[in-house]
Amino acid sequence: MKIQTLSPLVAATEMDGRMPTERDTVVEARTVRKAYGLRPVLRDVSFTVATGQCVAVLGSNGAGKTTLLRLLATLTRPARGSISIAGYDVVRDANEVRRIVGYVGHTPLLYDELTARENLLFFARMYSVPDGESRADALLRRVGMRNRANERVATFSRGQAQRVALARGILHDPPVLLLDEPDTGLDEEAIGLLRELIAERVASGLTTLMTTHTLERGLAWSDSAVVLSGGRIVHAGPSGAMTLADLRGLYANASRSAR
Amino acid sequence: MRTFQTGWQQLWSIVGKDLRSELRARQVWVAMALFSALVMIVFYFAFDLRVENRAPVAPGALWIAFVFASVLGLGRTFAAEQEHGAMDRLLLCPVDRQVIFLAKLIGYLIFLAVVEAIAVPLFAAIYNLPILSGGLVVIVVLGTVGIATMCTLFAAVASATRAREVILPLLVFPLLIPVVIGAVRATQSLLIPVVNDPPWPGLLAAFDVIFVTLSVLFFQFVVED
Repeated sequence: MKIQTLSPLVAATEMDGRMPTERDTVVEARTVRKAYGLRPVLRDVSFTVATGQCVAVLGSNGAGKTTLLRLLATLTRPARGSISIAGYDVVRDANEVRRIVGYVGHTPLLYDELTARENLLFFARMYSVPDGESRADALLRRVGMRNRANERVATFSRGQAQRVALARGILHDPPVLLLDEPDTGLDEEAIGLLRELIAERVASGLTTLMTTHTLERGLAWSDSAVVLSGGRIVHAGPSGAMTLADLRGLYANASRSAR
Repeated sequence: MRTFQTGWQQLWSIVGKDLRSELRARQVWVAMALFSALVMIVFYFAFDLRVENRAPVAPGALWIAFVFASVLGLGRTFAAEQEHGAMDRLLLCPVDRQVIFLAKLIGYLIFLAVVEAIAVPLFAAIYNLPILSGGLVVIVVLGTVGIATMCTLFAAVASATRAREVILPLLVFPLLIPVVIGAVRATQSLLIPVVNDPPWPGLLAAFDVIFVTLSVLFFQFVVED
């Protein structure tokens, strides 16, 4: 198959072979720019994501993947352009966006001195999750950490902490889940769990954006893939329409041109 | 009303989380209490305090001990948040930034209150001064609010930098001068009442109102990129 580098905005909206209606679009970024000091990190990035999609954001180190997810998560602001999630602007309506977005980073972002359960209960209160205790217990069971629920996170291995982080990310059942290299440190069983979780979200019509350096996984798990290089989208298209070899070629070209 | 209730619950949840974490780690409280005790002891021997010069000099030692201990403790508290990226995790939550600031401030005031509850009687004993009174409690509360407010705001600024341990004192000490002067003078006037002395407690209260208001307003711009 020949990879076509489409206009990112069109490519992302054509993910399942139809143009989405206004209602279908849950994430919309328009000509987003971001720089750290004088170094541009994202340059005129535009794309839309339809409800219920799983989008893999791929790119070499420094391509701008994490910055893009941080912008979507309201952790940083665009220098130019706009991003809206479910119609809420990430700058103007930041708290509304935070309510509907879940974020799991490549570090667990948990409090080491608290137990797994205390961490989840704390975040349940932050998100005003109704019946937080039973939700926390159910999620700990789901991620296979029920038997260590009352142990401090400081005593967990990297993978165990990441499992709890995953539970924290979906604690408030967010319509949009952002996963920044969520597979870091996870064992095979936990990776299976992560895949299951993403598939369930897609089946429930919930949206997921994930970054990963494992191209095979990114392609297999997502409905569409976006490749970033040097802060620009160099390819966006349905995952099913490309092979791993195509993606590897594209990824290698993007990495070379970024250098 | 619902927003207020939610904010109130979030505020006390953050305070509770910080206290629980610190009680388990026991890094900051113990270090602050030991440090303030040591500063007071060093000052006592350094100045060769006699009965006649003890009252004017001792309040300075007390407040310098509090200021140093505050900066030491708060730098550590925010550094811990930043090191594990947990500040991001807090910033991701739908919590008003003012609520985060007030929670951090209240939590820190509780840390300081515990340290001061140990340090003030120790100070009275070391310097052999009849200073324990309701008036001193008011001055300590007013001075501590001013110090903790500025420390909390600037610890957030410094925590985003690599040289946070150096940056924090450089940023915060000059701004604490009015509070330290007010607190030292107010404490001195408890020991040696001066006629026509400015109303130091009132001035301290005014500093507190200004510092807290400005910090609440600016905290969002400090922690958000």
